[in-house]
Amino acid sequence: MPRPHLALLAALLAASGVFALSDRIDPYYLDVLVGIGINIILAVSLNLVNGYTGQFSLGHAGFMSVGAYLSAAVTLFLGPQLLGAGGGTALAQNALFLAALVAGGLSAAFAGLLVGVPSLRLKGDYLALVTLGFGEIIRVLIQNFEPLGGALGLNGIPASTNIFWVLAGAALTVFTVTCLVRSTYGRGFLAVKDDEIAAEAVGLDTTRYKIVAFVVGAFFAGIAGGLYGHFKQTISPGGFDFNRSIEIVVMVILGGMGNTVGVVLAAILLTLLPEVLRPVAEYRMILYSFLLIVLMIARPQGLFNFRFDKSKS
Amino acid sequence: MLTVTDLSVSYGAISALGGISFTIRPGSIATLIGANGAGKTTTLRTISGLLRAKSGRVTFGGADITKLPPHQIVARGLCHVPEGRMIFSNLTVDENLAMGAYLQKDKERIARDRDYVFSVFPRLKERLAQQAGTLSGGEQQMLAIGRALMGGPKLLMLDEPSLGLAPKLISTIFEKIVEINRSHGITILLVEQNANLALEISHDAFVLETGRLVMQGKSPELRANPELKAAYLGG
Ligand SMILES: Nc1ncnc2c1ncn2[C@@H]1O[C@H](COP(=O)(O)OP(=O)(O)OP(=O)(O)O)[C@@H](O)[C@H]1O
Ligand SMILES: [Mg+2]
Repeated sequence: MPRPHLALLAALLAASGVFALSDRIDPYYLDVLVGIGINIILAVSLNLVNGYTGQFSLGHAGFMSVGAYLSAAVTLFLGPQLLGAGGGTALAQNALFLAALVAGGLSAAFAGLLVGVPSLRLKGDYLALVTLGFGEIIRVLIQNFEPLGGALGLNGIPASTNIFWVLAGAALTVFTVTCLVRSTYGRGFLAVKDDEIAAEAVGLDTTRYKIVAFVVGAFFAGIAGGLYGHFKQTISPGGFDFNRSIEIVVMVILGGMGNTVGVVLAAILLTLLPEVLRPVAEYRMILYSFLLIVLMIARPQGLFNFRFDKSKS
Repeated sequence: MLTVTDLSVSYGAISALGGISFTIRPGSIATLIGANGAGKTTTLRTISGLLRAKSGRVTFGGADITKLPPHQIVARGLCHVPEGRMIFSNLTVDENLAMGAYLQKDKERIARDRDYVFSVFPRLKERLAQQAGTLSGGEQQMLAIGRALMGGPKLLMLDEPSLGLAPKLISTIFEKIVEINRSHGITILLVEQNANLALEISHDAFVLETGRLVMQGKSPELRANPELKAAYLGG
């Protein structure tokens, strides 16, 4: 079996292991671990767009919210009808949850297609602006859409997310992105980033590459949203604002654009940092920002990036 | 093989090409020379679909390719080595070559083309696993040409392959260009500022001046032309 497949298998086994032991783990640590897993999914998927393909999306939280709302709608509104009054067996519940997650991912991917097709044709920084606008538009739309709870959000979402789902989701995201960029087709993402004109000159359809990266990235953001909603059991538009998108962008930059291992480490680090800083309560955000600045100055190419950097030569 | 008819291109309001026409004969080496900003790069980019023409036509092998996207133009065997050694610096030499064969489906043909590239540029074979951004300038130019050869060109367009290279390397690159033309019958359109060298190895020449063709003819004749001598060949 090829190495990434073995690693995926090992990760899935480890996820079931952690799940089997989860009764004995302090719930606080378990919550932090869930947060880490969800951030890994978000950061690694955004890395496909911003890191490997060299685009700049600022709308990842927007796609996350699409997935969160759609999958919550599936379990909340379709669930009772599909599972019956008794709530169904555990297997049926998990099957429904999986279907809800996939539906959330697909709807986010579709949103990605709608946003990406017009904006990725444009060069330069338009994507950043368009995705920024998209995130805000989605937020305002949901805020004013009463069937989805409006500004108050959706409550009473079943607590279907557990540590197994989250770790498995993170492992699958890392696996998919790694296999994608390592494939012959996937080297094209890096080619587009390295030099768009040369990529076009050798016959790559660069717009299509950008759209594929964007849609795949949005899909996993949608999955992360679904996991998040069924973990918190309540979601509101405010939870997916611009700040959330920025947090994910920071993880990608700190991890070293286009370096999956680095981005995973950065996601872990930046999820833990606010937790570690809890004791200093009111200074926490200041210290957090300060540490970010220091890290960026010390390692502008990314904390964990050791590859050749074109800008340095 | 390639015919350009009354081609005009502008960047916004600025006109870069004001209606140029020329024809490239199959199997030949043609050169497009001219001073900085004459519109040479613009011409190549428009032919390969990277830029859109304002008016005029480009036909290749009898078919109108003026409005085709770049990947469809490459698929027809018109490959472009862009100005300034635009290699994929984060990919290895091997991966760069694989990208050049992106549109090729036939595995055997890809293997043959690779062997051919290595026969022209043995240096590339020694450096297959090296990250392309760490190659020397000359090696990067070899890679850029090798990558274009992997696309199976019938017509290869080279934009200033001598740019920034030491004189000795320039003559090596020019020898390779002649070799590619002779041994493989690949037609070549060479853009150069180094007019002397370009006229020496080419059959036909076109002189571009601020977006207009001001002179064209057989290269040996142009080399002897006193006007051209004064303007481009250093007296
Ligand atoms: N992206 C652009 N936007 C606006 N003007 C441009 C652009 N690219 C080129 N030009 C202008 O078009 C004209 C032709 O440029 P082009 O690059 O084709 O010249 P060139 O003959 O290749 O020159 P060089 O020998 O310096 O490479 C120049 O006046 C240049 O300033
Ligand atoms: Mg030029």
